Amino acid sequence: MRKGYVFVVLCVAVGLAFAPPAWSKTKPIVIGINAPITGDIPKVGEGTKFAAQMWLEDVKAAGGLAIGGKKYPVELVIEDNEAKAESAVKVATKMITEDEILVMVGPQASKQAVPAGEVANNYNTPMITPWSTNPNTTKDRPYVFRACFLDPFQGPVVANFIKEEYEFKKAAVLYDVASDYPKGLAEFFKKAWEDINGPGSVAAFESFTTKDTDFSSQLTKIKQSGAEFIFTPQYYNEVALIVQQARELGFKAPIVGSDSWGSAETVKLCGEACYGLFFSTHYAAAGAKGDTKKFIDRYNQKYGYVPDDVAALTWDAMRLVEAALTNCGKITGDIEKDRRCLRDALAKVKDFDGITGKMTFTEEGDPIKCAVVVRISEKGEFEFYKSVCP
Amino acid sequence: MVFFFQNIINALQWGSFYALIALGYSMVYSILMLFNFAHGDIFMVGAYIGFGVATGFLALTSAGIIILPNWLILVLTILFSMFLTSLVGMLVERIGYRPLRDAPRASAAITGLMIGIILETGNLALLGAQRVSFPGLVESATYNLGGIYVTNKKIMIVVVSLALMLALDQFIRRTKWGMAIRAMAFDYLAVPLMGVSINTIARMTFAIGSALAAVAGILFGTAYPVLDPYMGILFGWKAFVAAILGGRGSIMGACLAGFLLGFIEIFVAMIFPSTLRDIIAYSIILIILTFRPHGFFGQPYSARLRL
Repeated sequence: MRKGYVFVVLCVAVGLAFAPPAWSKTKPIVIGINAPITGDIPKVGEGTKFAAQMWLEDVKAAGGLAIGGKKYPVELVIEDNEAKAESAVKVATKMITEDEILVMVGPQASKQAVPAGEVANNYNTPMITPWSTNPNTTKDRPYVFRACFLDPFQGPVVANFIKEEYEFKKAAVLYDVASDYPKGLAEFFKKAWEDINGPGSVAAFESFTTKDTDFSSQLTKIKQSGAEFIFTPQYYNEVALIVQQARELGFKAPIVGSDSWGSAETVKLCGEACYGLFFSTHYAAAGAKGDTKKFIDRYNQKYGYVPDDVAALTWDAMRLVEAALTNCGKITGDIEKDRRCLRDALAKVKDFDGITGKMTFTEEGDPIKCAVVVRISEKGEFEFYKSVCP
Repeated sequence: MVFFFQNIINALQWGSFYALIALGYSMVYSILMLFNFAHGDIFMVGAYIGFGVATGFLALTSAGIIILPNWLILVLTILFSMFLTSLVGMLVERIGYRPLRDAPRASAAITGLMIGIILETGNLALLGAQRVSFPGLVESATYNLGGIYVTNKKIMIVVVSLALMLALDQFIRRTKWGMAIRAMAFDYLAVPLMGVSINTIARMTFAIGSALAAVAGILFGTAYPVLDPYMGILFGWKAFVAAILGGRGSIMGACLAGFLLGFIEIFVAMIFPSTLRDIIAYSIILIILTFRPHGFFGQPYSARLRL
């Protein structure tokens, strides 16, 4: 009896000894990063991770995020969605329910962002995707936001640019029918092109499935159709193969891309075949000024290469979250209240100065932003060619 | 017309890969009565080993230690890669399949799948997730033959594949070891009674199949220079289809079926909208199998249910 009594007293004493530090320790703010670290587009995941970690460095250096007069430590939970839709959903569910994140940044590719956005919205957790341009990601989902422009805007941007630059009349499109982003953008482009040039001006509208590596039959058909250029809104791992195979089949006309071309790996994999080609994107690193240049130089020095649009947009997304949290004014510790507060604060963001442009959110959670047309120079660099604003 | 011939060239090249990998599949299937589902990943391993060897030789050349012209590097890469990948194949046989020789066929099939996953994730763990670019060893030269564009790479792929298939055919039909392999396909219990060890034949079969897959991997790397750890999965399954189409016991049947599969895929995309390519191509194959369930050249056999 005495032994048991002493044991209980000891336990209580130990517990009390640890309790005061536990009471006074502030619960950290947990931010989830849902990125394609492995899978088809690992460079995109890398850019996301690096940009987020760079942002965290700044927060740590300042001693935490200052919200409503208190400083809160921030934790990042970085998980791999393998560039697959099911994994993105699994990761989102885990982060929201187990890690109790306040907000989810990512996924990047629309194929993962659209289903993950459904999960986030159902759990009333704010989500901001830096790079997904497909409209379905934020449509009818009050909790989902994005940091980039949308494809219904990007399609006409590319169509108008080609019309102004080359005055072509016949287009060909080659896209992945199994992935939301290329399929959506291909259709938006087709509609925009036909609005400019009349029905039937898209001479070839060819598709393939994800993970295909040989496009010879589609490209042969495109060549046969007499199209004056090919628009291919594909990710960097496919661009290299498509461009090389087109050239090998004797197709010498321009090949134009979209923002998925903007990766740091594109020119590395594609080589000289890609010099002189155009694509639309979110920002151009060469010739940047001010805060954008500071970010590029810092990233380049830290990681050894010029950041691509994914990294720049992720940086903006993290800072948007930071701004919204500060505006929220108070972290109550009740995760549901805080998520609601953050969501409302994000919706109210006005004229946010991002390194990829000024941002104000519409009711759907989409920012109104300009697009940039980039040219791949003869040195393999992305150079700014033209800016197109809505 | 030009369009038609251009597609024939494309199909010949694309079918070569399926044929080479299906050969390895079919050999193991015919002789050892098991499907080596890891074979597609051995193709991937061959491509990566080729990448490693080629990069190594290129580095030695630029460091000035041994100066080798690019074509010689390619030949050496193929030889080294064939050798090393056949070692990998033999290792897979020793660790994965030999202990399960008397087990139900389903267990062996699952072992194959697991070994495949180990190879893929092992590669992922070792080399990371980033794509690797196969070094360009062949200067790309495009020949315009009256509107049909053929690159020297395409010609090389078709020629090398056909040469290897011919060599294999001669080996199987004219040498003593080839005869032992054919004998095992007929009746595998009789072979050890004739003084030839099953283990030796099994090892040899895997070695040859893996070497062929390695060549397919390097040729693939030359034509489509972006490599990733999961590139073997799709090829593995399609080569499996080709092996079944070719029939059990016929190695040349698998080769033919591989080319046929390539032709079907390319020509279906030529005639129909490319979105329907896979549906139509595989429906055609389903219909073929319905009429010839043993494949084109397969010998009907009675067996206890073997996978």
